[in-house]
Amino acid sequence: MKPAPFQYHAPRSLQEAVAILAQVAPADGRVLAGGQSLVPIMAFRLARPSHLVDINGIEALARLAVENGKLCIGACVRHAAFERPVVEGPLGRLLAMVVRHIAHSPIRARGTFCGSIAHADPASEWCALVAALDGEIVATSVRGARVIAAGQFFAGIMATALAEDEVLTEVRLPLLAPDTRCGFYEFNRRAGDFALAMAVVHFRLVEGRMFKPRVAIGGAETHPRRVAAAEAALAANAPSPRVFADAAARAARDVEPLEDAQTNAQYRRELVVAVTRRALEAAL
Amino acid sequence: MSAGVAVPTGWVGRSLRRIEDPALVRGSGRFTSDLPAALWVRFVRSPVAAGKILRIVAPPGARMVTAADLAAVGPIRPMLHKFNYVPIEQRVLAADVVRFVGEPLAAILAPSREEAEDLAERVHVEIDATSAIVDAYAAIAAGAPLVHAQARGNIIVDARVATPGFAAASAAARHRVRLRIRSRRQNALPLEPRAAHAAWDPVERRIILHCSTQMPHLMRTIIAQLIGMAESGLRVIAPDVGGGFGQKMSLAAEYVVVAWLARSLRTSVAWTEDRRENLIASFHARDQHIDLEGMFDDAARLVALRADVLANVGAYACYPTTGAVEALMAMAEMPGPYDVRDYSCTARGVLTHTCPMAPYRGVSRPVITFAIERLMDKAAAAFGIDAPTIRRRNLVRAFPYTTATGLVFDEASYVETMDAAVLAADLPAFRARQAAARLQGRYLGIGMSTFCERTGYGTPAFAARGMDVTPGWETVVLGIDPSGCVEARIGSSPHGQGLRTALSQIIADELGVSPERVTVVHGDTDRTPYGWGTFASRSLVIAGGAALMAARKVRAKLIGMAADLLEAAPEDIVLGDGVARVSGTDRAMAIDALARAAYHQTHRFKGTFAPGLAESATYDPPGTFSNACHIALVEVDIETGRVGIEKFLVAEDAGRLINPMIVDGQIHGGVAQGIANALYEEVIYDAGGDILTATLADYLPPTAREIPPIALHHRETLTEASLTKAKGVGEGGTIGAPAALINAVNDALAPFGVSIDEIPATPQRIRDALRAAAAAKA
Ligand SMILES: Cc1cc2nc3c(=O)[nH]c(=O)nc-3n(C[C@H](O)[C@H](O)[C@H](O)COP(=O)(O)OP(=O)(O)OC[C@H]3O[C@@H](n4cnc5c(N)ncnc54)[C@H](O)[C@@H]3O)c2cc1C
Repeated sequence: MKPAPFQYHAPRSLQEAVAILAQVAPADGRVLAGGQSLVPIMAFRLARPSHLVDINGIEALARLAVENGKLCIGACVRHAAFERPVVEGPLGRLLAMVVRHIAHSPIRARGTFCGSIAHADPASEWCALVAALDGEIVATSVRGARVIAAGQFFAGIMATALAEDEVLTEVRLPLLAPDTRCGFYEFNRRAGDFALAMAVVHFRLVEGRMFKPRVAIGGAETHPRRVAAAEAALAANAPSPRVFADAAARAARDVEPLEDAQTNAQYRRELVVAVTRRALEAAL
Repeated sequence: MSAGVAVPTGWVGRSLRRIEDPALVRGSGRFTSDLPAALWVRFVRSPVAAGKILRIVAPPGARMVTAADLAAVGPIRPMLHKFNYVPIEQRVLAADVVRFVGEPLAAILAPSREEAEDLAERVHVEIDATSAIVDAYAAIAAGAPLVHAQARGNIIVDARVATPGFAAASAAARHRVRLRIRSRRQNALPLEPRAAHAAWDPVERRIILHCSTQMPHLMRTIIAQLIGMAESGLRVIAPDVGGGFGQKMSLAAEYVVVAWLARSLRTSVAWTEDRRENLIASFHARDQHIDLEGMFDDAARLVALRADVLANVGAYACYPTTGAVEALMAMAEMPGPYDVRDYSCTARGVLTHTCPMAPYRGVSRPVITFAIERLMDKAAAAFGIDAPTIRRRNLVRAFPYTTATGLVFDEASYVETMDAAVLAADLPAFRARQAAARLQGRYLGIGMSTFCERTGYGTPAFAARGMDVTPGWETVVLGIDPSGCVEARIGSSPHGQGLRTALSQIIADELGVSPERVTVVHGDTDRTPYGWGTFASRSLVIAGGAALMAARKVRAKLIGMAADLLEAAPEDIVLGDGVARVSGTDRAMAIDALARAAYHQTHRFKGTFAPGLAESATYDPPGTFSNACHIALVEVDIETGRVGIEKFLVAEDAGRLINPMIVDGQIHGGVAQGIANALYEEVIYDAGGDILTATLADYLPPTAREIPPIALHHRETLTEASLTKAKGVGEGGTIGAPAALINAVNDALAPFGVSIDEIPATPQRIRDALRAAAAAKA
């Protein structure tokens, strides 16, 4: 229960970091952010990177700012930063509501928002949220920086569009209109555990009808994503138990549930129904 | 004689802060792994459940030992002389075949734990895998592969009892209720995993073995025996032990290897288990199936009970309690606190290619209590009466009571304790709340369990099982030194229960000194008399009884000496506040001064007293039954299957409470482990015998956030069966909680016509049951 041997690098600038990463990535060199996912899997020797590039000393990556109507979250911003709203309005409230479900407070003090996105655990709350908000992911390497849309980013269980030599430097989330209604619900066995299913939803009410509804499901499939069928069931309808139940049922039909020793597909589908409906109810 | 809770007049009965805690909470506890060692061991473990070992090759330059090097070390061969027990052998490192994933195959040695781990990973293991058997029913099916050739049908113990009247009573019964329950597998999960550190002492020319154990003396006996050395060549020390719950009662094969290495290499060798090893290869518990049928008369009285118990023993038998312990305890205690005269039971222990089982807090009783308490609730429903009513009609009321299996219940308060719990739970108010909630689609449930728990039992109880190693008694050597300080050296060996504190209270009262004056020494075979250790809710009862006996002897001597020096009659001497005084006078003498005289001024006595102030006493009691009623209030989320515990209530009668705070702590911790058993923890194997719950991300102990507030109510029945009048309370919390919780879950789900009879009742199992019921209706 200790990691296999590795070499440790502690760059002081992003430039230095991407340069080192470019060199060591082919030999399974990896970025070390909060270490709350990477270090445990190294201790179990499920991962044995030969090099770690620790980005915690790079001050520029601790940035958390609003720019052009977007919240920009730097790679060193910890989960705990969101426990109080970081911006006024629905986005800050949604982030604060969701963060309480991520692990336990010591882990939140260390783990990073961007690390969660890069790691892309199927049950990461932040991944589901980024999917629901159509966030943008900024990836930087010696080749330069590029912006990836959330819809193109998540590719499977812990698989993303990030290249092995890229540092995920920033995630950008659109600020939500003040009248946006947001809801979140997740189901897990114990408080702080990774969820078996979760839903992040938001919509606006225009003349009593749901406008631009978004429903993202996490935890149930290989990666979180928006479920168009559920969104279509909501769009232009007035919120009602029947409409919510319909959207939840469609979400459940649409998912391809992950199965494991403790969770069968049928049960996971039932959970998708429950979390979707409850997230929608919470949004009202 | 029953009563509420007595008002304390001395130290006994007070919630004294634990003597043990200042060191532990400041991080200055002393644990086995804190010791430096010249060499660290990493065990190479079997990656497959069953197979023939072909080759084990160490990486170049590595120091490794395998079974071949340990040829002179005997196999572990626990023995029972009854119930068709088939003795089986376990080599401390697997020799030819492997029988479970995690079985130790070889030991790698390196100067640090880290280097040893790196090297062990590079050991090349070739095993010709054969088919594995995981499930107990599959193991007894015709043609199943044999785990040990000598155990035919994989059955290691096959026990039967039936009362002479059973067949007639059963045939005549007008009402039958039957159920099958299953408890999945659990791990006791002590916070400190197992650890051993053995060092060669070149001066005394012997081994000093520090290890995390509940039974230091027996560890010395068996390890010396297996290695083939004199016991005097081995000193065993159990320093601070971070929880055991039974897992550290049984002999760890790894400890034998560590001791053997230190002796062979004439150096210090250490091993600390990591959590993965603990989860896969330390002992497991609970995996049991019970088929239970109750025969009732028209008044809902249980007239006969039939049980079939199948206990999965794993790949080897544990020492000293053997592979029969679960099945036999289930057989002996299945009827629980109920007055049923006719009983028939078959109980089998079955070998499988899984981690060996060992006693875990409660042993069989969480499972059998779950079984009989589910039976009572099902019968109540069939008769249309409520849960307390059917229990009231069946609970034993007159003591002593001899059960159908010959156990003798000493004085207790089964009915009174249940009534107190039911009153505290306010059943009518709950039912009103439940009805209102159902109208809103919310499902609340209440469930109870009543049980009695055999505790503090001596030699005859263990002998009844036919155990080759028959524990029972405890010895305490108690002395006052010339400065007046009291020292009790005990053979028992606490591992976190606060026994030092509780014993010092008993001794202080007897000797008229304050508890700070009393030191309790334990866990060192050099410094303590032979004894058994902590298990079976026995230490306070038995070591406490022996401490009281020894203290009484010392007290008698102190009084005699004080009477002599103060020129008074012994009957007039009163000990208290550190002083011996002549009652009704101002003539007095400090106990310190008496102690000084006992050693250094023996010429002052007119009478003859042997010099010094030390006495020894041994206590071997018949056993005493504590009893309790647990009530759980839950809410089941029928959409997700989640069970939320609203409230948990325990009414307990553990006899005299020596230190009520410690008793409360025992119940709290026990209930938490019972909640784990009922709702959360499950060791899972796949069909091929690979273990899927090897980390704490997969094996789910409840955390503080899952444990509700636990309300406690006490009664104190003062029994003649225990010298201190204290009954054991170490296991009760764990025993009663699963039954109460699952009865509550079933009460909540009553409108759906499901019966949840398998634990842990995970959300998925509850959903599966609800879905199946809905499909059946449709
Ligand atoms: C007990 C426990 C419970 C947990 N429960 C939850 C939970 O309920 N929900 C949840 O979402 N998470 C949970 N986590 C995980 C936690 O949130 C992690 O902090 C998070 O998943 C990863 O962030 P990190 O900063 O710790 O990344 P690290 O562990 O440092 O890295 C994780 C992976 O991402 C890569 N990486 C990290 N940052 C970057 C970057 N900027 N650029 C490129 N690659 C990068 C690393 O190379 C590594 O492969 C839990 C963790 C623990 C230990």
